Amino acid sequence: MSESKGWPLWEVFVRSKQGLNHKHVGSLRASDATMAIKNARDVYTRRAEGISIWVVPSNNITASDPSEEDSLFEPSQTKVYRHPTFYDVPDGISHM
Amino acid sequence: MTKQEALHIYLLRMGDDSLILGQRLSQLCGHGPILEEDIALTNVALDLIGQATLFLEYSGELAEQPKTNDELAYLRLEKEYVNAILVEQPNGHFGDTILRQFLFDAYRKPLLEKLLDSNDERLAGIAEKSLKETKYHLRHSSEWVIRLGDGTEESHERIQNSLESLLRYAHELFFENEVDKLLIAEGIVPSAESIFPIWEKTLNDVLKEATLTLPKNNWKFQGGREGRHSEHMGYLLAEMQYMQRTYPNMEW
Amino acid sequence: MKDLNISKLEAIFQQKIDDDVKIEPNDWMPDAYRKSLIRQISQHAHSEVVGMLPEGNWITRAPNLRRKAVLLAKVQDEAGHGLYLYSAAETLGADREKTIDDLHSGKAKYSSIFNYPTLTWADMGAIGWLVDGAAIMNQVPLCRCSYGPYARAMIRVCKEESFHQRQGFEVINKLAEGTIEQKEMAQDALNRFWWPALMMFGPSDDDSSHTEQSMRWKIKRNTNDELRQMFVDVTVPQAESIGLKVPDPHLKWNEEKECYDFGPIDWDEFWQVVGGNGPCNKERVDARRKAKEDGKWVVEAAMAFANKRNAKKTA
Ligand SMILES: [Fe+2]
Ligand SMILES: [Fe+2]
Ligand SMILES: [Fe+2]
Repeated sequence: MSESKGWPLWEVFVRSKQGLNHKHVGSLRASDATMAIKNARDVYTRRAEGISIWVVPSNNITASDPSEEDSLFEPSQTKVYRHPTFYDVPDGISHM
Repeated sequence: MTKQEALHIYLLRMGDDSLILGQRLSQLCGHGPILEEDIALTNVALDLIGQATLFLEYSGELAEQPKTNDELAYLRLEKEYVNAILVEQPNGHFGDTILRQFLFDAYRKPLLEKLLDSNDERLAGIAEKSLKETKYHLRHSSEWVIRLGDGTEESHERIQNSLESLLRYAHELFFENEVDKLLIAEGIVPSAESIFPIWEKTLNDVLKEATLTLPKNNWKFQGGREGRHSEHMGYLLAEMQYMQRTYPNMEW
Repeated sequence: MKDLNISKLEAIFQQKIDDDVKIEPNDWMPDAYRKSLIRQISQHAHSEVVGMLPEGNWITRAPNLRRKAVLLAKVQDEAGHGLYLYSAAETLGADREKTIDDLHSGKAKYSSIFNYPTLTWADMGAIGWLVDGAAIMNQVPLCRCSYGPYARAMIRVCKEESFHQRQGFEVINKLAEGTIEQKEMAQDALNRFWWPALMMFGPSDDDSSHTEQSMRWKIKRNTNDELRQMFVDVTVPQAESIGLKVPDPHLKWNEEKECYDFGPIDWDEFWQVVGGNGPCNKERVDARRKAKEDGKWVVEAAMAFANKRNAKKTA
């Protein structure tokens, strides 16, 4: 991604409440990490959408290559035994 | 002067400081140096308008003839506003805006902290709510003073100039008269004496980190607390009061 | 990847679109799709940001404390919307500051509505009610747009927009219930903003150059005329219910089609405004350009500071 000589781009992750994962919400520009956190608070949590924020410089993120999607993710699709519905449980058994 | 009269005036000062500074900041909405900072400054403006609403509401209830916060905000004469002259100063460039904010926040935060212990429960409650916001404002403004001071040569020079022109208005924040004396004695408000050293320490710490120097000119302006304002105030009020003055006695 | 030729990639891409599978930033996409999206998203982002100005014009004159706070919050939201959208455009490789420079040079467009002046307080009502109302109508279908980051940004935006329209309607309703002067003020605002609001949906389908391809790519999900009709149908009864008159002598309920027939739109005016000759085009772009120019030393200072601190840390 081309970058002008302005502020670098940061990706923002917000935890909306205790017990949930941080979730990617978007990006913003900031000159440093302190400012990025502040800006994230003002931009992405104006309606109390979050209780915790992570910011990561966008250029530090390595993404998987979508053209390798098949080899990366398809093998797990055939491992149905990882999913609970794979197993038969007799009728009348609960709490399982 | 009764305790009630004194508290009415004191709350008016708190409310007017918030209102007038909030009004100034709201002029910048849509014109900030970068979108993120536009949003940040507007947040500060919103907090201040919210604080003004609470302080003026309480003040109005204590007035000899009770008034609503809107009546107080919109329908007084210039000489009846008792905000410090500092907060009515024009926005200037971003450095001026930030420095004005910093000088104010550095005073307002310790003041609100002390007001948490006020014998007046309602005042303590407003202080508690406002303090959360003001802590954030102070962090924001001091970080920017440091960035600009220790940024480029140009930014250093600009904010040093802001300091030269604005510091003279800051001392009025520690103004005291019989209103304060009465309320201090009642344990309702803290003394200026107890806040000034905290303000001064914040100022010195931040200026040091920002590589800025305290101006030699130590001239101290005051008058706002007694209703004598700068030339800027009339224009600010003309704009703010426009609707209420043009269309009297209507609801909006 | 290399052995997949373009036409095969294109087929896979269109299949995803047809199956309603979202396209994500790193996925292969046709150049024209990318360009089209960048154009649409950045135009949208510019509209949000330029849109702050006409309402920003009244924040300092809002008639009471509550209205002042609400308007501040509303205009601030628009800045946020601009940001979400610039951020979505950046995922396509469109550098934000360059995109903004295109706005400032007049190369990039934004919604024509923001080139009209706000002359009275009632305009704050008319804008929230009509302009945000029209925007919502445009934007709700975009929440299902084929490009993931744009769709997600629109979901956020739409959630926030709902208060905008309500606060606007509250403002105008209050005036409609008020004194004669207030009522007149409200009617005057409706008179001035009605037609420009209808123009917000863009040229009619016969003259819209981008619609067909955009629909096939699911960047757009309804045509301009469809959306415009929906807007008229919901808005006219709202105006009537508060006793205001929509300024269109041709407006009539069509029993058969079960929708309103309305008069012809002045497309000359529309193209004039889009082309830069609206009442406030110059002021709007000048204001945005000035903000950036005045802020340049601030942006540079923050960067210089960050670099100094980083150097210290690594030293
Ligand atoms: Fe918006
Ligand atoms: Fe919008
Ligand atoms: Fe909106």
